[in-house]
Amino acid sequence: MTAAVTEFFRMGGYGAYVWPAFAFAALVLGGMAWRVLARLRASEGALDRMRDRAEGGRP
Amino acid sequence: MVNILANPARFLRLAGAVLPWCWAAAAVTGGVGLWLAVFVSPADYQQGDSVRIMYIHVPAAWMALAAYTLVAVFSAVALVWKHPLAHIVAGAAVPLGAGFTAICLVTGMLWGKTSWGTWWVWDARLTSVLVLFFLYLGLIALRGAFDDAERGNRAAALLALVGFVNIPIIKFSVDWWATLHQPASVLRIGGPAIHPSMLWPLLTMAVAFMAYFAALLILSVRAEIAGRKLQALLVAAGRNEPAADGLQGEAR
Repeated sequence: MTAAVTEFFRMGGYGAYVWPAFAFAALVLGGMAWRVLARLRASEGALDRMRDRAEGGRP
Repeated sequence: MVNILANPARFLRLAGAVLPWCWAAAAVTGGVGLWLAVFVSPADYQQGDSVRIMYIHVPAAWMALAAYTLVAVFSAVALVWKHPLAHIVAGAAVPLGAGFTAICLVTGMLWGKTSWGTWWVWDARLTSVLVLFFLYLGLIALRGAFDDAERGNRAAALLALVGFVNIPIIKFSVDWWATLHQPASVLRIGGPAIHPSMLWPLLTMAVAFMAYFAALLILSVRAEIAGRKLQALLVAAGRNEPAADGLQGEAR
């Protein structure tokens, strides 16, 4: 079992190249989502707060 | 102002309907594609398991080119018809394209080290993709370089159009200059020269990357529209009530 797992992560001797490639891709793809979602939350959140305050102010 | 927001409203409705499908497609094809790429597809008879880098390298390269093409098309629309939404879409696609280009370059270097024995050569394909990366960075910088956002948008749109000559250069670099990078295996005359056991994982991952790009593009456009709306409201509020700060002025 452990031998099979070790063999899998060894990737036929290319593990040191294959896994960093996958990890870098995951890092960049995740980073893009994080950046977009942060901007979305900031701008739509501010709009919502503004709308709430505008509606709350009227009788 | 109404003009700017009229079409974005329709865009936002449409995008809201498409977005869940993009996420679903990205999750399903991403999961299946990774499973196929890592567990199911065979090791290459020459390259061994290092060939699995292909399943992210090639889709990332395709998306780098597709995103730039989208930027160029929307830049042309923005310049010709002065459609504000076109600038927003082009601007939203640029950082995403830069990300895919970075993935393409870094995974390519890792793959190059295993199959060519070197991280980098000034091969025509590698060089032209590096130029693409710098073009993306240039577009990001140019957009932010002007106090007047409209001028920044126009300058970036012009650069995007001029830079589009690089796209066919990248695509055909492997045919025009026979250096180190291999020629096309999938999008070639005469059909794919790659075994189905590797082609299917590759295409599945390509769909996953495309769906992920589409989802992030929609969210990024939504963020930009909301940001502009906020800006416009703050400016309007400031004008009505110069003494109060923007948000307070709007509330009264």
